Amino acid sequence: MKTIADIMAIRDKMQSQIIVRDNSDGEIRVVVGMATCGISAGARPVFNALVDEVSTRQLKNVKITRAGCLGMCKLEPIVEVFIPGQEKVTYVHVDAEKAKQIVANHIVNGNVVTEYLITNV
Amino acid sequence: MREISLNILDIVENSVKAEAKLVEIDITAKGNFLTIRIIDDGRGMCPEFLAKVADPFTTTRTTRKVGVGIPFFKEAAEVTGGSFKITSELGKGTTTQAVFVIDSIDREPLGDLADTMMTLLSNGDDIDYLLIYKVEDREFIFDTRELKEQLGKISVAEPEVLQFVRELLKENINYTDGGAIL
Repeated sequence: MKTIADIMAIRDKMQSQIIVRDNSDGEIRVVVGMATCGISAGARPVFNALVDEVSTRQLKNVKITRAGCLGMCKLEPIVEVFIPGQEKVTYVHVDAEKAKQIVANHIVNGNVVTEYLITNV
Repeated sequence: MREISLNILDIVENSVKAEAKLVEIDITAKGNFLTIRIIDDGRGMCPEFLAKVADPFTTTRTTRKVGVGIPFFKEAAEVTGGSFKITSELGKGTTTQAVFVIDSIDREPLGDLADTMMTLLSNGDDIDYLLIYKVEDREFIFDTRELKEQLGKISVAEPEVLQFVRELLKENINYTDGGAIL
């Protein structure tokens, strides 16, 4: 069974990567709406899928955070992607599967996943 | 909400917004009762606000801090024949307690506590969480302050760290409750 001390292996591995990050041009932020509306609509599995996908792909400059109500409760779960130097992109009615596609297509390959955009609603 | 763990996530967001430094999430299953206590050291509420905090119609529009989150949690507990209470003091913090009757057919499952904790940890650089999970005589304690000590300069919000924490919690929770589905 894992204990907190087991984190040391991860820490040692990451220590060198942190230096790389400090020199990179700003990080990509992925924000998930996590107010009551978002949570009840399924934001937690979306958040989980994003963490898994970013971690598995070893993406070093991506931060996944959560926000409160983004103001459009009926469109939750909502995911916003902030890439430095680009306009914010808002995805709506996201689920775990869509979240993985957003990481692969948008964040890794730079292609916005147009079918999940808020502009389609 | 489909799981009590989602209610917990939602209620702890209130503590985060109240600028708590430490949030204790205390989950105890004993006999036929499942007790959830969320204790924060945030800014607390005045008695006037506290009195109406569980009412969705008087609170949703007055402030962002609460809405239907508390009413959902209250209803989820009371519908099982359990109870709900919030105590709060300005400048000291807030304690939310919900007691569920375990064998009630209307009780939500506890659900995925590890997922909830991992999600909460994504802002863990500014706030600490203490999880105490007790099932009958077994107990598991997870303290993010210990984790941070080990991590040094590395953020707990790093996806790899979050993933590790989820696995650690899943294993330990499973050991504590013997794999029983609460």
